[in-house]
Amino acid sequence: MSNPLKLSVPEGVPFIDFEREFDFPVEAVFEAHRNPEMISKWLGPRNTNIQLDHYDFRTGGSYRYTHIGPDGQPYVFTGVFHTVRENEFAIQTFEFDGYPDVVSIEFMTFEDLGGGRSKLIGHSVYPTLEARDGMAQSGMEYGMSEGYERLDGLLS
Amino acid sequence: MTDDELLDKAFMALADPARRRIIAHLSRGPATVNELAEPFEITKQAVSRHIRVLEQAELVTRSRDAQRRPVHLNPARLEALTAWIDQYRLVRESQFRALDNILESKASQAGFSRAPKE
Repeated sequence: MSNPLKLSVPEGVPFIDFEREFDFPVEAVFEAHRNPEMISKWLGPRNTNIQLDHYDFRTGGSYRYTHIGPDGQPYVFTGVFHTVRENEFAIQTFEFDGYPDVVSIEFMTFEDLGGGRSKLIGHSVYPTLEARDGMAQSGMEYGMSEGYERLDGLLS
Repeated sequence: MTDDELLDKAFMALADPARRRIIAHLSRGPATVNELAEPFEITKQAVSRHIRVLEQAELVTRSRDAQRRPVHLNPARLEALTAWIDQYRLVRESQFRALDNILESKASQAGFSRAPKE
């Protein structure tokens, strides 16, 4: 059984918060965020080839990646890594080219739970409530076809 | 009204805890204003005002039954309201499951296995 995702979308403030536990050490979860080869394997939704133009997960670094949707449409995501502290914390910006200039700031805390387990805590801040609601809707839509299916079988 | 305007209205309507309680009550079935006002410390007029706000956001409808005029939930509107966040949740969940799988394969290459759950 996989660990549940706790998601909260508080009313009246343009935030999205999540918590997710992993049955793996904090170093491994951090490495999966840092290593471009690993990122390209889990960040892209089903039926989208994710192409990393660059992905430099360190303080002052930046990223740009493209999903080619099932319809052949490219979806481009860009941002900068404002702060990255190993196995601990990261702040990055996030922009989807379908919504230019609507940039969110994502705070990620990597927490060691002991016993080889860890927790990822995310806090996203959007420029407006409308941006939060609209972004979540259309920036994500394209990738949703058969989302679950592939995952269980991804590496089996 | 555009979808976006409706969505805004719905979020505004649900920003108030009393109106959320009314919605929760209606999720168990239609109810009259009197029934809805019962658990509240506020006047029936205030409850009626809340219901009007919910009506304008199309979250509830009133029957044309002149005697009772019960209030009904509009499930379609509530679904529209949750659809976008469900979308977001699905994407996140699928990403994290994929991440689990990556970590799993890395660990088994290195001869480790998943930590047992508490």
